[in-house]
Amino acid sequence: MIPNLDNLPTYDTVGVNERINRFKSRSIKKGAKVVGLKLALSMIDLTTLEGKDTRGKVEQLCYKAMHPHDTLKDIPTVAAICVYPTYVGVAKKALEGSRIQVASVATAFPSGNSPLQVKLDDTRFAVAQGADEIDMVISRGEFLSGNYQYVFDEIAAVKEACGKAHLKVILETGELDTLDNVRKASEIAMYAGADFIKTSTGKIQPAATMEVTYVMFDAIKDFYLKTGKMIGMKPAGGISTSKIALQYLVMLNEVLGEKWMNKDYFRFGASSLANDVLMQLVKAETGRYQSANYFSKD
Amino acid sequence: MSRIDVHKTYKLYIGGKFPRTESGRYYPLNDKKGNFIANMCLSSRKDFRNAVVIARKAQSSWAGATALNRGQILYRIAEMLEGRRVQFIAEIMKEGATKKEAETEVDASIDRLVYYAGWSDKYQQVFSAVNPVASSHFNFSNLEPMGVVAIMAPEEQGLLGLVSVVAPAIVGGNTVIILASETNPLSAISFAEVLNSSDVPGGVVNILTGNVNELHTHMASHMDVNAVIYCGKDENVISEINALASENLKRTILHKKSDWASNVCESPYFIEKTQEVKTTWHPTKV
Repeated sequence: MIPNLDNLPTYDTVGVNERINRFKSRSIKKGAKVVGLKLALSMIDLTTLEGKDTRGKVEQLCYKAMHPHDTLKDIPTVAAICVYPTYVGVAKKALEGSRIQVASVATAFPSGNSPLQVKLDDTRFAVAQGADEIDMVISRGEFLSGNYQYVFDEIAAVKEACGKAHLKVILETGELDTLDNVRKASEIAMYAGADFIKTSTGKIQPAATMEVTYVMFDAIKDFYLKTGKMIGMKPAGGISTSKIALQYLVMLNEVLGEKWMNKDYFRFGASSLANDVLMQLVKAETGRYQSANYFSKD
Repeated sequence: MSRIDVHKTYKLYIGGKFPRTESGRYYPLNDKKGNFIANMCLSSRKDFRNAVVIARKAQSSWAGATALNRGQILYRIAEMLEGRRVQFIAEIMKEGATKKEAETEVDASIDRLVYYAGWSDKYQQVFSAVNPVASSHFNFSNLEPMGVVAIMAPEEQGLLGLVSVVAPAIVGGNTVIILASETNPLSAISFAEVLNSSDVPGGVVNILTGNVNELHTHMASHMDVNAVIYCGKDENVISEINALASENLKRTILHKKSDWASNVCESPYFIEKTQEVKTTWHPTKV
């Protein structure tokens, strides 16, 4: 059932920024940095969501996911590949034998402006192709006009269509305007059955920010305290450097705690982050600042 | 009440902006009599790393600008420097030069910029060739910029030395990160102000101040730097640079001269030093 949205905490932007500046000031160096970078790498949903995607591009991305940088020893693979439904089959085949998940965006990504039936068919198609995870978008128009019940029912219906696949609900925080709206949308998504809540499609600016991620962490924490159920979190879009990724991990650790510090409960939706993390890992090993020329493109 | 002098804060020049060093460190600069002149930023390897990222981003569009345009911009730098001639002379005198020496250095710097501005669309013709080959190929060689060049500027003649190594590198489409003279750094940072008002795109020239012995290993070992220029005579530094630069086959360019005013310090061969020759084999008569 849709939760009561009247008594939710409200967020003061100045206060949230103060808190975030503290996360950003943590110094993580040497050994701790290497551990953090490897953890970040293992949490990446390597993503390609472009109109110009091809079978070849998806296959190459899958190869990159399985072999991030073969000259580096003891590094994890990424968590998942994230593609459009039409490429789920290609990715599934390319990743055969690995433990990397295939995530698919669905429900008329990125706008979400299609009839419910179309969205459900989109979801079922992706699942039938073998998607392990579905990234859906909420109807922001309905949400902003106050039609929360519609948004809730839609998520619940998509969750049902997912079957065994995990459901990530994209709030598209860049279109929700206020932090209070982000909190509200998070509540609706979690109560409607989301396994993960996700900030953005990556198609709208601003995409993921630490501010909205903080608010969503807060919602996840309260939901856990109330229901005992752990919901995952996926910031996506705009996280392109190791430094920023480590700041997110600091925040994750300090707000939600160690139980969330793994790929089952936290993901980065990113495409260029993986190479930056790899460059930093090689830097840590060799002491030499790296050049993108010596890393495979993704 | 007498007026209090307003002193200039000398900062770094990275990506068209004037940041302080990320390390927060500085070193005091004194004149020959030991009087304090200014605090200079003591750049760290991270300042250098940040500058390389920015220089790399700026490189392709700078190399893609037309030769004529690069020449115009170099000429513009000369114009701006001419306009601030008095300021530069005063600054160089502060560091201990006589009025005559300072005037000679500033004038030579301006002339050198004009000299390389003129070469911007000509050096290609001098160094390119159609090569005779014994097969059915049209074979030709031309120059391409090496990319990102790290420069340790000469210790003497803080302005003229810097201009003499920077101008030929950028006129050929490279972007540069320069570590200015440690003992004569004032005019290097004032030169950044000239660059900033001369249509030089941000990131094409980046200027750091600090210590060569602290930074030379990082400048020589950075995998995303394509060439390294060292102006100095310290044999230990030279051998370390040579060893580290070999890891990614960086070109090393060493200048051991101590007077940059002479005519032998300007030649199209200075441009050629930071260029890579590309030879193309094109099939014919098939």
